[in-house]
This record gives sequence, C-alpha cells and structure tokens, in this order.
Amino acid sequence: MRDVAIVSYAQSPSVRTQQDENEVEMLMPLIKEAVEGSGIAKQDIGFTCSGSTDYLSGQSFAFVMAVDAVGAWPPINESHVEMDGAWALYEAWIKIQCGEADSALIFSFGRSSMGETAETLGLQLDPYTLAPLKADAISLAALQARAGLDAGKWTEREMAEIAVRCRAQAKDNPDAQLSGDFETDQLLADPYLVSPLRKHDCPPVSDGAAVMVIAAEEVARKGPNPPVWIRGLEHRLDSHQPGGRDLTLSPSTSLAAQAAGVADGPIDFAELHAPFTHQEVILREALGLGPDVLINPSGGPLSGNPIMVAGLARLGESARRLWAGHGKRAVAHATSGPCLQQNLVCVLEGE
Amino acid sequence: MSHPTPETDVILSAPHVLEYDYRRSLGPVLSHFFSALREGQIHGVKTKSGRVLVPPAEYDPETGESTTDEFVAVGPGGVVESWAWVGTPRKNHPIAHPFAFALIKLDGADTALLHAVDTRDESLMASGMRVTPRWAATPEGGITDLCCFVPEDQGVQTVEAPDEVSEPTQSIVTPVNVEYVYSPGKAATRYLQGLKQGKFLGQASDSSGLVYIPPRGACPRDGVPTSREVEVSGKGTVVTLTIVRVPSANITVDLPYCTANILLDGADISFTGLLQECPLEDVRIGMRVEAVWVDSSEWDYSSENIKYFRPIDEPDLPFSEIKEYC
Repeated sequence: MRDVAIVSYAQSPSVRTQQDENEVEMLMPLIKEAVEGSGIAKQDIGFTCSGSTDYLSGQSFAFVMAVDAVGAWPPINESHVEMDGAWALYEAWIKIQCGEADSALIFSFGRSSMGETAETLGLQLDPYTLAPLKADAISLAALQARAGLDAGKWTEREMAEIAVRCRAQAKDNPDAQLSGDFETDQLLADPYLVSPLRKHDCPPVSDGAAVMVIAAEEVARKGPNPPVWIRGLEHRLDSHQPGGRDLTLSPSTSLAAQAAGVADGPIDFAELHAPFTHQEVILREALGLGPDVLINPSGGPLSGNPIMVAGLARLGESARRLWAGHGKRAVAHATSGPCLQQNLVCVLEGE
Repeated sequence: MSHPTPETDVILSAPHVLEYDYRRSLGPVLSHFFSALREGQIHGVKTKSGRVLVPPAEYDPETGESTTDEFVAVGPGGVVESWAWVGTPRKNHPIAHPFAFALIKLDGADTALLHAVDTRDESLMASGMRVTPRWAATPEGGITDLCCFVPEDQGVQTVEAPDEVSEPTQSIVTPVNVEYVYSPGKAATRYLQGLKQGKFLGQASDSSGLVYIPPRGACPRDGVPTSREVEVSGKGTVVTLTIVRVPSANITVDLPYCTANILLDGADISFTGLLQECPLEDVRIGMRVEAVWVDSSEWDYSSENIKYFRPIDEPDLPFSEIKEYC
C-alpha cells in the first residue's frame, strides 16, 4: 500500500440558493484555490475525478460541462462517479494505489435549490417496488427514526439535542448555512414535518461545491500543508430494501470501520455524514465511538448539506481541523442511498 | 471590442420539467411477484435458509446467494413495523390527503414491505397495528396494484381471481417526472439578455482571449473565468454540417434539412444552427451565412429568436482558415 495524503482542500459556503453562479462558475475559484494550495502544478496532477448527479438540477451532462472548470487542455485523465465526492476520492485513491497516478484532483458540486431534493433522491430507489410509491428521502428517514424510537435507541429529546449541539458547533464554521444557539425545548415545541421528524431533525437544502487534492507520499511531502494521511479507507453497503434490514443498525458502517482500522488507535473527533439527527446515534454505535469523541465539530450536514458534496466535505473538514492542530487522528464518514444504505469510512491522521 | 461583463441585477431562471417513461423488463422473480399482484395475491420468495423475502429478490441480501424458486403466498394482512406520518402530502405522493408511509411485515414474511397506510388520522396509526390491503380497481401489474393498506378492522377486501390465467407480466412502465426551476448563472444570463436585444453576446477567456459563445463563465481550455464580454457578429462560416433525414420529436421543419456548426465572426467556438434558404446539394464547409431573426416584437430570452441561418453573397472561406474549427 502507498501512503496517500490529503494535501489541500477548498469548499464553498453552503447556501440555500446559489443562483448567481452555475456549476462551473462555482467550481472554478475552488479548483484554483485547491490546486495552488497543493503545491503541485496543475499539469502535473495525474488524475481528476468528480462526484455529482445531473438529476439535482435536471441538466443532462452537467458533469461533463463541469470539467470546463478544470481547464482540461492538454487532455487530462479524468473520471466521474454518480455519487458523493467521497466516492470520487475513493476512485482516485485506488488509482494512486495502483500506481497509475501520484496525485489526484477530486471535486464535487450540487445545486439542490433548483429542484425538490427529497423527491429527487427518491429517484435512486429500486425502480420496481419502491420508486413508484414516491417515498421521499425525509419520509424514509422518518421510518428509520420511528424504528429507533420504538426500540428505545433514542428519544425525540436526544434527537433535538443533537441538532442543538451541531448548530452550536457550526458557529465556528464560516461555511455553515445554519448555526447558532437554540434551546432544546424550543425546538421540541415545533410541529412535526414528517412525524416523528421535526424540521431540526432534517438537513437544510443546500447548494455548494468542494475540491480536494490528494497525493502519494513523495509528492505530498513537497506541498505547503503538512500531509493528512489517509490511513484507512473502505466502503460497504446494506440491502436497498429498507424493510429488509434493521434500520436502527448500520452493519455496512461497522464493516467499513473494521476494514479502515478505526479501532486501531484513539479517535480525537469524527465528521459524520448524518443528514438526520438520529443517524448520528446509529453511526456513533456502528463506528464504536465512545461518548468522549467529539462528533461533527464543523456542524456537520445538519448545518449545511449540499447533496453529492457533504460526504467529501466530511473528509475536507476533518483535514482542516487536523491542519489547525485540533487532534491527531480522526474518522470521516460519507453516506449514500436511503437510510444510511451505503457508507464510506476513512481514518485520517495528521503529522 | 470587448468590455468587462456588466453586472446584472437579475439572474434568469425558468421552469424545467424532466419527464419520460421507462419500460423495465422484470426477470423471472419480479415477473412472478407482479403477475401474482395483478391477481390479488402477494407472493414472497424463500431464501436457501428458509426466510421469506417480500418483495421477493433474486438474491439473499444477507448471503448474496441466489434465492430459491419457491414462492409462497403471504398476508394479505400484516403488522406495521414502523411508520412516518405525512401530514402534508407532496404532489407526487400516492395519497392526496394526510397518510403514513409504513414498513409492513405481512403474515408469513420475514421482511417488511414499504407501502402507504391510509387512516386519515395520525392518532389511528401505531407501530404493531394490523393492516390489510386495498386493491386497485384495474390492476396493471405494478406495486401500485396495491393502492394502500388500511386498519384491518375496516374489513378484508377479497379479490376475485380472474377466470382465465393471463400471460405473466414481463415488464412494467415506470414514469419519471421531476420539476425544476433552473437558473443558468451569470454568463448564460448575459447571453440570453443579449438574444432578447437581438445580439450575440460571447465572453473572452481571461488567459487566452478566446471568445466563447454561448458563454458559460469559464474558459474550458484553461479553467479560468471569461470576464470580458464580446459582441460577435450574426454572420459566420459553416465549419461542419449534417443533413438530417430521420424525424424526431420537437422538430418542426420539413425533412430533410441541414444542421450546421457555424463559426460566428469574432468567436472561437462554433455555434449550432439550422441552415435554410439553400438547396441541400449546395451546403458546404466554408460557405458564408447569416442569422435570420424572428420579428423583433417576438424577441425573448430564448434561442428561438433565431429562426435559422441562410447563405449570404460572400466568397467561401478557404479550409485553411477554418480547419481548427472543423
């Protein structure tokens, strides 16, 4: 295995509506910032991989047009995944592990504001038995939340407390969309959105983009930032049928965590892609993180959730925190599919 | 000839609907399931370990092994395992008044089926409650042949088995309909504002000065902004073309017709347009053409302002001058 590190990261603020800029206009300054921050000349980056979905804004081949932001001349070695950018990072990491590149540019973008995100996400469901019922992402998460409430795994108060904590932590994050001091009782007084979920249990609808550069050790050491090492990286998935698994558990996260070596050392903090409050409880348990581990110091997806970006942003926010010297070893997690169906776990270490 | 792109107060946006039907082939497992549904029966499939999966799957998600070919009738009643109350249904939801999505473990099944439960009132919903299906009046062989489930104390609906055994359901149609309000960003807004005034507004790359039209705000060659606006001519040169002889949706011109890539004078990227007022045997690379606009009273933020391009009485450009664009 080659030692591979995150060498730079740039992200846009999460905003409710980014109407002024199209995908390319959003990405261009971020790509410039990340490439310049990597210390690697653009033409020397060996591989480029993006993660996005054209369904978000309904523009076919938006993922191809987004390559305009890179400046793909002379022609570059490039790929795309119809997934969160965290999986684009996985492909790039494999490419470097295989010796086909020594560095890679990863980018992802999502403008959810132009559609109905919760409905658009319903398009990823099994087209035979699930999609025709038009179950939206919030309703599916509500089924999961109820299952845990019934099983005594969490309470509505604990869910609200997670929202309060994340929004308070987001006060230190200038890129957060939703932050501030809130009272648990005040949040619990709100009506249900889709019972048992209230608005605070759900992520905001966000537009945003993120760009990361990773590199193998010999390249990573030359950059201006101390390398943030990717010590373990794995992704696994559970059944696509929400009724075919115990929704209060995440075996795929546990398997990925085991393969990534989460338990091989102490964890200082975790950035978890838990768009709904109760999912933080599931992930904390599946990852084996004790009550002392700080979760989502950035505020997490509850304070900004650009679809297709929020997973890669967990790795990026973790790297930023390690660069800032807040801890030595972190877990970053990304999810995809309904009710935490697919999960990616990454162990990161600062110098 | 260029100037900094003016700031625009308004960013244009427009409704945009993606709508199409997929006809999906089913394979033997789902074909069996949907054929049974059409006849008022819910069937699960047995795994090698004896568990009954509903809806049936081709493989056991726990082991990855193929399931058996043993189908068993389950339900029709079952127990609500979890539920979500949708107080404000979305436009595309299966029920227009408040209802629940629920995971329902049908009697005899080991997994739960996702479906809608109609109680009208949230206080009548509870985990553990028994429910029974309501069937569509005219089954079509899809999951929506089950309209929804209702509390079992409202009575079990019996479904008459058809007299004749019909052909198995081999495929289902799954319509997709997604609505957006699309906004193309600053550069495309300036372009559309130009069209509304009968102008072609491109933008020049900050690095190379190459002029792109329509502009998207970025120079695709160098990945830098295109911050200067350039008005390019409505006259140009055909750099490549094709004669279309097959009909397709949304085409209103008579077949056969010519579509050409036209390099507008002052631009560095070609622009696709319809070529008319010219016999098809005369269209050629290098010929000079101009845009024909619809009447200015009809100008909108739209490419439809340009009716088509037509030849003009100028000598052809030699291939050597346009080969970069061909």
